[in-house]
Amino acid sequence: MELANIFVRSIFIDNMIFAYFLGMCSYLAVSKNVKTAFGLGVAVCFVLIITMPVNYLINKYLLQSGALKWISADWVNVDLSFLTLIIFIAVIAAIVQLLEMVIERFSVSLYQALGIFLPLIAVNCAILGGSLFMQEKNFPDVTHSFVYALGSGIGWMLAIVAFAAIRDRLKYSDIPKPLQGNGIAYIITGLMGIGFMAFLGI
Amino acid sequence: MKKYLGPLSKDNPILVQLLGICSALAVTAQLKPAVVMALSVTVVCAFSNFVISLIRNTIPPRIRIIVQLLIVSFLVIIVDQFLQAFVYDISKMLSVFVGLIITNCIIMGRLEAFALSHAPVPSFFDGIFNGLGYGLVLTVVAICRELLGSGTLWNYPIIPASFYEHGYMNNGLMILPPMALILVGVLIWMRNSKLKQVK
Repeated sequence: MELANIFVRSIFIDNMIFAYFLGMCSYLAVSKNVKTAFGLGVAVCFVLIITMPVNYLINKYLLQSGALKWISADWVNVDLSFLTLIIFIAVIAAIVQLLEMVIERFSVSLYQALGIFLPLIAVNCAILGGSLFMQEKNFPDVTHSFVYALGSGIGWMLAIVAFAAIRDRLKYSDIPKPLQGNGIAYIITGLMGIGFMAFLGI
Repeated sequence: MKKYLGPLSKDNPILVQLLGICSALAVTAQLKPAVVMALSVTVVCAFSNFVISLIRNTIPPRIRIIVQLLIVSFLVIIVDQFLQAFVYDISKMLSVFVGLIITNCIIMGRLEAFALSHAPVPSFFDGIFNGLGYGLVLTVVAICRELLGSGTLWNYPIIPASFYEHGYMNNGLMILPPMALILVGVLIWMRNSKLKQVK
């Protein structure tokens, strides 16, 4: 029940894009058509699902204050949490690199679909942001962090696909010249965000 | 000199190049965190530009992204510890968004586009002015949102109490996250239509 709650919450209410503006850069740049948007969405989902549980374990057993007590009782007072940022980003960059190599080796078609997006993802704020939010939320075990990652990833994908679909239609509408392009993109995202806020009541 | 002033209006990183929106808009509900955020980004941007520019000839091109990420995250950790030590309440308010400076596209963008091909001192100034251009947009958005949303600026009440007695109400919509996007959209609109008149 609690897991379902985290899942639905992270898709709709705490949506990465509409509530926290994470990953906006690639969201605006890669939403020109629905197909590539979907590809990027799947890639982000994929990387989130893998990096977040790994970062959860690292945080729990290495970084938190008192986390090192499983090595020896003398290390109970060691607090490495100031290293969080650099470790998380290093883990993300390494896993993205690794994934790229593994996918290239084992599935050429998947590599062609995701390949161009993977390097972009290492510097996507949604990935690092997801790990940092996960650290802040203090989940009791690794399953929770996995469900949270899945939900955030799907939420991000939902947002970018919906936005790409709207952008497709925008080509045929009559927008004031100075507002065309980026201006209207921001305003639409804002309106979609207001729409998503309706889920707050659930 | 003119080369450096571009980011303030003509090449504004947020309005024109669409960089660094990721971690920016969530902190603009009030002026104070927005200014602190802008200063942090300026500092990180300037120093990371400087450091990368110093070692630009020794970084192997294949792994430069990882080297850049590590240097930027070192600087962000320093800024984060500084904020926690001196302005703890604001550091709590910014929460994860300080950490997200690492993936702020402005910083990576300037490193790639400027620091890798210029000498350290010009890179340093380029970082400062890009940070300021970013801060300018944050400040304008934060002023609109705080003034209309809570009737205060820098936590001081601006709208006189007599207004409220006559039925004036704060616009609660301004506090909500989507309004930041709509305000930036309007800013882009204003800027584009003004530039066209100048031309």
